[in-house]
Amino acid sequence: MSALAENYQGAVAGGGHAQQLTEEPEHGPSKRIVVAYGFWIFLISDIILFAALFASYAVLTDATAGGPRGRDLFELPIVAFETACLLLSTVFCGIAGIGAQARRKGMYYGAMAATFVLGATFVAIELHEFATMIEAGAGPSRSAFLSAFFALIGCHGLHVSAGLLWLLTMMAQVYAKGFRADIQRRLLCFALFWHTLDIIWVALFSLVYLVGVAPR
Amino acid sequence: MSNPHESHGDVAPGDEIDPAEIPQAIGGYLIGLALATLLTCVSFYIAQSMLVWQPSIPIALSVLALAQMGVHLVFFLHITSGPDSVNNVMALAFGLLIVALLVFGSLWIMTHLDHNVMPMERMMQMQR
Repeated sequence: MSALAENYQGAVAGGGHAQQLTEEPEHGPSKRIVVAYGFWIFLISDIILFAALFASYAVLTDATAGGPRGRDLFELPIVAFETACLLLSTVFCGIAGIGAQARRKGMYYGAMAATFVLGATFVAIELHEFATMIEAGAGPSRSAFLSAFFALIGCHGLHVSAGLLWLLTMMAQVYAKGFRADIQRRLLCFALFWHTLDIIWVALFSLVYLVGVAPR
Repeated sequence: MSNPHESHGDVAPGDEIDPAEIPQAIGGYLIGLALATLLTCVSFYIAQSMLVWQPSIPIALSVLALAQMGVHLVFFLHITSGPDSVNNVMALAFGLLIVALLVFGSLWIMTHLDHNVMPMERMMQMQR
């Protein structure tokens, strides 16, 4: 609470200009904290988007129209492997952030490359899973349950794919511009994005796949 | 700016890490990894075993997922109770309120509708 009040007073003392607030670390939070806060607000809106898709999935789980149910389709070993990929990639992403803050180029590039490989493996497995399901006649047009499933898991897969593009961009930016302060802030936003995708995956593998196959 | 030799005045203390502190920083992520792995394994085990009373499995999995999300927030996203993340925690709390309203509201309303609406087959029989 106290930090909120201080920020507010800082904004008032700075003539009400938020810009002034962010450029004077002595009177308010550093620009890094303000940028991370703004991006965090975006990520929360993204979480709400996933909550809406998840709510429609939860409502439609039993609307299978006589088609296959979750426990006929989901293969837990594959899901476990996907989970491991994403969890390890999120840890490597954190290590890349440490490497950037310590200005260790080898550590940064190595960890970012590991993050990319693990993330790309995740997307590849998910695409293979989707292809297998569609081939078996369980595509998104089979039932309301499958439509909701493909929308929810596919939206997460799209986010991870976009994150992979962003990851490559960040590697190129550090290569071209070095560890400048503005690049560091972009890296921080990327790390927040990547960690949030893993949090969303925790909800998905627990409540979609594991609850889907659990005996009831 | 107080440090004229810095080209960018917006580097606050804490933005950079001393190379000597690298092992400590990585250690935090490894603790998070260990806790997350443990919770994930328990989730996968519970979902397939007879250990837990079966109707309670979805609740148990939800609780484990929430715990793992907490681990991720603290060890990976560094959303803690520190003074720097007060605003982040407030925004997260508001986001969670919306998420809860959305998910539980949808489920609540739709289950009631499901109970109150006549099944399609019976409606067709009555129209005959």
